[in-house]
Amino acid sequence: MSEPEQRLPLDGWHRARGARMVEFAGYAMPIQYEGIIAEHKWTRSSAGLFDVSHMGQLIVAGDDPEKALEALLPADLAILKDARPKYSLLLNEEGGIIDDLMVTRRGEHFYMVVNGATKTGDIAHLEARLPRGVVLDHMKEQALLALQGPKAVDALARLVPGVEELTFMTAGLFRIDGVPAWISRSGYTGEDGYEISVPAAEVARIADLLADQKEVKPIGLGARDSLRLEAGLPLYGHDLDQHTTPVEADLVFALSKRRRAEGGFPGWHRIAKELAEGPIRKRVGLAIEGRQPVREGAMVVDGEGNEVGTVTSGGFSPSLEAPIAMAYVPLDSSAGGSRISLAARGKIFTGTVTAMPFVPHRYKRKGAA
Amino acid sequence: MSVYYTKEHEWVSVEGDSATVGITDFAQGQLGDVVFVEVPEAGKTVAQGGEAAVVESVKAASDVYSPVSGIVSEGNQAVVDEPSLVNTDPEGEGWFFKLTISDNHELGGLMNAEQYQEYCTAL
Repeated sequence: MSEPEQRLPLDGWHRARGARMVEFAGYAMPIQYEGIIAEHKWTRSSAGLFDVSHMGQLIVAGDDPEKALEALLPADLAILKDARPKYSLLLNEEGGIIDDLMVTRRGEHFYMVVNGATKTGDIAHLEARLPRGVVLDHMKEQALLALQGPKAVDALARLVPGVEELTFMTAGLFRIDGVPAWISRSGYTGEDGYEISVPAAEVARIADLLADQKEVKPIGLGARDSLRLEAGLPLYGHDLDQHTTPVEADLVFALSKRRRAEGGFPGWHRIAKELAEGPIRKRVGLAIEGRQPVREGAMVVDGEGNEVGTVTSGGFSPSLEAPIAMAYVPLDSSAGGSRISLAARGKIFTGTVTAMPFVPHRYKRKGAA
Repeated sequence: MSVYYTKEHEWVSVEGDSATVGITDFAQGQLGDVVFVEVPEAGKTVAQGGEAAVVESVKAASDVYSPVSGIVSEGNQAVVDEPSLVNTDPEGEGWFFKLTISDNHELGGLMNAEQYQEYCTAL
């Protein structure tokens, strides 16, 4: 924390647009432009442009990278088709989550996007474990943008004909104004939208082009957090950490069927046991009574006032105009409708376990209208 | 009527021994969208610098401290019902509570508008 924050390629771009900058993951990043609620609602109704260049973009290549990565991730990469991003997890030997990430087969290599705050540790973890002949490249020269919202497709297809043909969790190589861009139809808001990897040297020009579209406004980290919370998507370092397993975190979908049966990834023994017997605690969504937000760090308490869990994310939902949260609760309190007592700021709050997402996802899936 | 300011970004408007308290425009700008306000009930005794109200934005929760000691005469139900008033009119309709001041000498330690402006500029 004592090291000075680093500047991302769009640092000046954000400041010129009036962003308020804060330190995040070691970088100066925009927390907001006009205001979190306005930016949140703009993204849900039109299209928001997010700079996520702090995230780590990695290439794993060489001699059988599929096998090498399967030793570290619980994904079934053998059946993963080309250009289909898949959500996966770097796991430790105890089944704890080192990071959550997206992995995509791109021809002979794999492209991974990992969290900004954890990328240095991830790279060290991978380099220590990838076999000889498999090489890891951290693409520091690439920037990453996300364009999210129901009108993202209109704005982007105007600049990049063909992106409208992508469906949720598919990707491809395109050009924006002559610049090569790896574009996937994916994101972290629950909305339809795209993630766009372009060379850092060109990203300011690309960001200008996107922001000039009438549907698009730049959006800060504040709204990114409220959007992902409404979408029920966990944030690493808050809702997930090295002591959380995928079963506890309700991320069983990231454990591919074959891998669950065969194992061969770190922490499989514990994970298989939790799959069979149930975890001790589970990540759930909570609708909070009243209007006051219950935030990260609030305690989940039982009838006797003992701490039995923790709120890991919490805030005010601009879409629902009500406080919502994610928390780890004992398994026997994790069913929908369970009433949960929370202690924060010297008060007791009541939450009800609610299915996530809090706000329905609006992805453009293949075959859907 | 005189208005005084605290380093914690409260304002207090004083007329005789009656005072109205709120947070400054600078404070609401730093907080961002206010989504929850809790105000003290009439009759509550508050101490200078003591916690008197709560304001929460999308980002964070903050305590509002009383700029002076006294007895609360009214909490502003309007900001409880419509917290965004704190953003739109922080030094008017967005007031938090009124109180009867117990010791006018406490006002001597607060800033006037000019001093407060300088204080914010230096932040």
